[in-house]
Amino acid sequence: MANVMVVTSGKGGVGKTTSTAALGAALAQAGQNVVVIDFDVGLRNLDLVLGAERRVVYDFINVINGDAKLSQALIRDKRLDTLSLLPASQTRDKDALSDDGVARVISELREKFDWVICDSPAGIERGASHAMRHADLAVVITNPEVSSVRDSDRIIGLLDSKTEKAEKGGRVDKHLLITRYDPARAATGEMLKIEDILEILSIPLLGVIPESPEVLRASNLGTPVTLSNALSAPARAYVDASKRLRGETIPIAMPTERRNLLGRWFSRRAA
Amino acid sequence: MNIFNLVKRKRSASIARERLQILLAHERAYTGRIDLLPVLREEILAVIKKHVPLDPDKVRVKMDKRNGVSTLAVDIEIDGASGVLLMSA
Repeated sequence: MANVMVVTSGKGGVGKTTSTAALGAALAQAGQNVVVIDFDVGLRNLDLVLGAERRVVYDFINVINGDAKLSQALIRDKRLDTLSLLPASQTRDKDALSDDGVARVISELREKFDWVICDSPAGIERGASHAMRHADLAVVITNPEVSSVRDSDRIIGLLDSKTEKAEKGGRVDKHLLITRYDPARAATGEMLKIEDILEILSIPLLGVIPESPEVLRASNLGTPVTLSNALSAPARAYVDASKRLRGETIPIAMPTERRNLLGRWFSRRAA
Repeated sequence: MNIFNLVKRKRSASIARERLQILLAHERAYTGRIDLLPVLREEILAVIKKHVPLDPDKVRVKMDKRNGVSTLAVDIEIDGASGVLLMSA
């Protein structure tokens, strides 16, 4: 039975696309059959983050309009043969997505894959509601920052009311993924703590991705961070989060400020 | 930067938390109310319709929040006579 999962946040720039790529790759590395779909019609970027930008021929809108078959539009990752991408159209806008078309494509993908991961655009308009519409579970991406937490709260409300599952009296399984977390700044009271965010949003924590230069490096390379540097802290956090999605119980390793006085002295010298 | 500024700077995360708690408590109640009223109106109407014939245009549903008390007022006109239902939610 396939899982349809939306990666959403309300706010832009918090790491939806990065997290979609990293979680998708981590699941695929574990042997799961994964498709990631870009719902950001007009502003596609998942292709770029996955390094597939020059391989796009047909897109989601072509499939919906019947100009291409689903199998023609899917791009198989060159490094992971269990990971596929359905790119968004760059020349159309979000109105090109139709309710029926999206429903048809998702149900076809359900037959072929273990995981259908929908990368939502920012905002709460059409594109975002299409992305969450058929979800069984949701990963809500939040930065430890007031506007991101507020927008996440709004998105959680929509997941509980505007999804197919909610309308049938069910519940979308919601998970919180905190990204760009800086343990040193949280320790000094400059940044919201994980407990603060959990208390406010009250949905279960899927993982904490620490702020790291490896994340930018991965997107520069067009390689999910779990592949570009598997030993880095964000890669390990994404892999652990992907295992939790599959039902494994792994204690959440809170990023801590590991540098001792000497380390701080050196980093200051380096800066 | 003097010591007072340093202490003040360090507290910004707790200020963020308090601001969010207050704001979201308000926003959750507000968005809840937008969806709640039409639903309540339809369901109350359905119950009353079972027993009394009524004109849907002569029904008013109002929700109010004052001094920490929420009130729901349903005003229904039945065949010239006016029946008023008052409930507290």
